[in-house]
Amino acid sequence: MLDFDYSFLAEVLVGGLLSGVMYSLVAIGFVLIYKTSGVLNFAQGAMLLFAALTFVSLVERGAPFALALLITFAIMVALGMAIERVVLRPLVNKPPITLFMATLGLSYVIEGAAQLAWGTQVHGLDLGIDDTPFEVAGILISKFDLFAAAVAATMVAFLTAFFRYTRIGLAFRAVADDQFAAFAVGLKLPRIWATVWAAAGAVALVAGLLWGARLGVQFSLSLVVLKALPVLVLGGFDSILGAIVAGLLIGATEKLAEVYIGPFFGGGIESWFAYLVALAFLLVRPAGLFGQKIVERA
Amino acid sequence: MSQGEIQLVVDRLEAVYNHAIVALHGVSLTIRRGEILALLGANGAGKSTTLKSISNLLQAERGQITRGSIHFEGIDVLRTRPSDLVRHGLVQVLEGRHCFRALNVEENLVTGGLGRGSSRVEIVQDLERVYSIFPGLKAKRRETSGLTSGGEQQMTAIGRALMSRPRLLVLDEPSMGLAPLIIRDIFRKLKSLNESEGLSILLAEQNSTVALQYADRATVLENGVAVLEGAAEVLRNRDDVRAFYLGERTVSDEGSVSADRAVDNPRAFETIA
Ligand SMILES: Nc1ncnc2c1ncn2[C@@H]1O[C@H](COP(=O)(O)OP(=O)(O)O)[C@@H](O)[C@H]1O
Ligand SMILES: [Mg+2]
Repeated sequence: MLDFDYSFLAEVLVGGLLSGVMYSLVAIGFVLIYKTSGVLNFAQGAMLLFAALTFVSLVERGAPFALALLITFAIMVALGMAIERVVLRPLVNKPPITLFMATLGLSYVIEGAAQLAWGTQVHGLDLGIDDTPFEVAGILISKFDLFAAAVAATMVAFLTAFFRYTRIGLAFRAVADDQFAAFAVGLKLPRIWATVWAAAGAVALVAGLLWGARLGVQFSLSLVVLKALPVLVLGGFDSILGAIVAGLLIGATEKLAEVYIGPFFGGGIESWFAYLVALAFLLVRPAGLFGQKIVERA
Repeated sequence: MSQGEIQLVVDRLEAVYNHAIVALHGVSLTIRRGEILALLGANGAGKSTTLKSISNLLQAERGQITRGSIHFEGIDVLRTRPSDLVRHGLVQVLEGRHCFRALNVEENLVTGGLGRGSSRVEIVQDLERVYSIFPGLKAKRRETSGLTSGGEQQMTAIGRALMSRPRLLVLDEPSMGLAPLIIRDIFRKLKSLNESEGLSILLAEQNSTVALQYADRATVLENGVAVLEGAAEVLRNRDDVRAFYLGERTVSDEGSVSADRAVDNPRAFETIA
């Protein structure tokens, strides 16, 4: 133990934290919708796939990067609003499980539509950031991971400012806090939901491009939702801050476990370790790190 | 619309929850512009159901209106979205206050302005107005609403409703869980708004003593039916009526209110009204 390699530990830790950012990115899309409408939107993964696939297909058909980004953004916003309008609004006041089932079905519809429109082959997605590691203070860091973290940070800063300083942001927080009161006060819930779904569509775009660049754009991209679930359990389904912190925590523990405990299990524990952490945590704090405690009314 | 003109008409309203539990069996009441009407009744009588119907909020609670109608200044309430009712000047302070607990006091107030679709300038003006009515709120404007006292939360909820510049303010049990001095303070403020601006007020209360002290008229609900209505002043002095319908014991004959005596002739009150 005397020659324990601390710089290697730091490297694993940083790598883990950065990959955690990628998890947070997916989880934030869930949180946005869960906070305002109490729906666990299982289709978030399919939306992410749809965004990446649309973008790649446009680029492959010769659209310039910026134009493809703009068009995909518009499509994702429209898709989010359409889902709210066609699927969720008619189900308002239905039990949460009904809504969850609806989004589950929806995810298959979106995946199907994406493949029908753009085909089933695997696409490479190049965002123009090479994945070569570079050295900071003796630690190797992936350039791409750093880029992803910067994008995520920008997005979170943008969302935070939006919720803090705009009228619709305040309305969003009011609805997230007490939907019935928001309704009674005269806030237009459908408009707020539409905005939130549009935002979730935009978040899916960002996450889809980053994950697509990492894994390749293919059907299994929608399975990154499975990476987001432990993050949501840990961070609470209704907290953006929770999604970020839990993403980092899970990313870091996952990598550390992989490197330091993995060998005892013959490797490959990365795929389920996050769930183990989340489950253990669930027993201690069911509402998650930052989830709303169930407060009794005074 | 002039003083005394009929502003709200609830006509033979029937309501059920979950298509099964009948909560209202035919409730009728009217409010004239500029008056305070108290809706009295014991727990479970149907006060909240009536008020939620008036703001067309019942569907959100899995309730349905099966018969009857509600008109506010000529608008068919049951065909109008709650957000549009607020814009037309009908707003409700819900039972249990329902402040946005995670928002600060001022943000709570601002949501009331957003509900009406107020401009920034209007919101700033209306905030000042609410703070002049409830100076205590100004001192707490940056505090998280969920951490303020019950009285402050009630004032926040009322202030939030006032931000939408209502012509009819509906309040569901504003006295609930509050100390007598705070109740008095809140009711005086409401009364002065009513007198100075002609704001009509409909308030549901189990605390009939307080409600009758400030109201002009009262309607009494029993098991989902409006059983009597009349001037608050008259009702205030009818201990037998209060004992029978409102489940209250009077101070003068504590413990001696027999069912016989109460049944005597409380319905005679209807003719007085
Ligand atoms: N959300 C609901 N679901 C089912 N039944 C309800 C609901 N709200 C109220 N009720 C029932 O309707 C009746 C009237 O209740 P309510 O209007 O709340 O009375 P009050 O406000 O006078 O106490 C009661 O029998 C109550 O149990
Ligand atoms: Mg009630």
